[in-house]
Amino acid sequence: MYTQGLDALGDESLLLPEEELAELEARFQAKIDADEKIEPKDWMPAAYRLTLIRQISQHAHSEIVGMLPEGNWISRAPTLKRKCILIAKVQDEGGHGAYLYSAAETLGISREQMVEQLLSGQAKYSSIFNYPTPSWADIGTIGWLVDGAAIMNQIPLCRCSYGPYARAMVRICKEESFHQRQGFELMMQLCKGSSDQKRMAQEALNRWWWPSLMMFGPSDANSRHTEQSMRWKIKRFTNDELRQKFVDATVPQAEFLGLTLPDDALSWNEQTEHYDFGSIDWDEFQRVLAGQGPCNQERIAARISAHENGAWVREAAMVHAAKQAQRAARE
Amino acid sequence: MSDDQQNWPLFEVFIRGRAGLEHKHVGSLHAADGQMALEHARDLYTRRMEGVSLWVVRSKDITASDPDDADALFEPAKDKIYRHPTFYEIPDEVKNL
Repeated sequence: MYTQGLDALGDESLLLPEEELAELEARFQAKIDADEKIEPKDWMPAAYRLTLIRQISQHAHSEIVGMLPEGNWISRAPTLKRKCILIAKVQDEGGHGAYLYSAAETLGISREQMVEQLLSGQAKYSSIFNYPTPSWADIGTIGWLVDGAAIMNQIPLCRCSYGPYARAMVRICKEESFHQRQGFELMMQLCKGSSDQKRMAQEALNRWWWPSLMMFGPSDANSRHTEQSMRWKIKRFTNDELRQKFVDATVPQAEFLGLTLPDDALSWNEQTEHYDFGSIDWDEFQRVLAGQGPCNQERIAARISAHENGAWVREAAMVHAAKQAQRAARE
Repeated sequence: MSDDQQNWPLFEVFIRGRAGLEHKHVGSLHAADGQMALEHARDLYTRRMEGVSLWVVRSKDITASDPDDADALFEPAKDKIYRHPTFYEIPDEVKNL
């Protein structure tokens, strides 16, 4: 029922007389203003549809690519318990990608098209997954900071105006909490361990702190889509608001671990009752987004190889299903 | 093969949360056939004891109402308030009614 709109990518709206289109748009915005949800077959402006397709598919790609930096530690996890936890977490990320691709498909794009956009480099995914994971402490830091930042970002999305996206996010947020807590617990163990282990934890934190802050996207002054997305209630908070929330929540957690956040400018501001923090290297952010991060090529190469090596499985499954159906029809 | 034959079709997934509850729609997934859809649904939607029974159905086999018809379909019920028990005023002294 969800991809029946495949041929109706909002283009028909362009054929409507101007007054009629304006009336449809006004009714649509009134629904949003009244906090009603938009569902797949409801009328929506073409720009709303395209914004959601872009955002949800990027989100899905991020979950899928996000399996890679952690997946390469499954075979090297230090204990059986940690291996089980990591496998479960990586499986969750794959699941999140699948929920999100499904949600995007309700808007009239197929999963094949989205995968194609990822593999050809046409679609973006979160900059964070282009950083390497050289030590075991990186796995703890990813859970604690990267999943922590993701939760900050995702909780407001549970109230997003588009029903299928909001519902997928509810499911994802429930699972994400385990990801963050296992990461923090892993860090706690390292910080209680030998001096070498604690140093490992500190070095991982130094590597991931700034890229984690970049996850919230460009500062409000430079965010092209924020204003419209907020009017459509796709977005509920600005990038800078969420980033500040994340810093405020994370500083005491780092103190608890006895680790130092790598920012000399970080200090509590009595007036604002928030932490002030140093300026983000936006050039680095743009470079990583543009494909020049430490692992961009490696990540996409891994996805392409997985997709190509899986082709025979996809085909064989279809041939098998057709054969079974034929047999059943004969009987 | 045409694109349709090559790509795994879409299925809608329904889960019974526990015995005594109805199956509820939870999302969709791709699979080559019903059996595979069940296996994928198990991996994708019930990793944390979300249910005790699964239904999968080809998305294209669902006939859905059109949102544009919502008024015609559902509005008429609004002026039939006599279908609700609160429509009838019964004195307080009458019990068990």
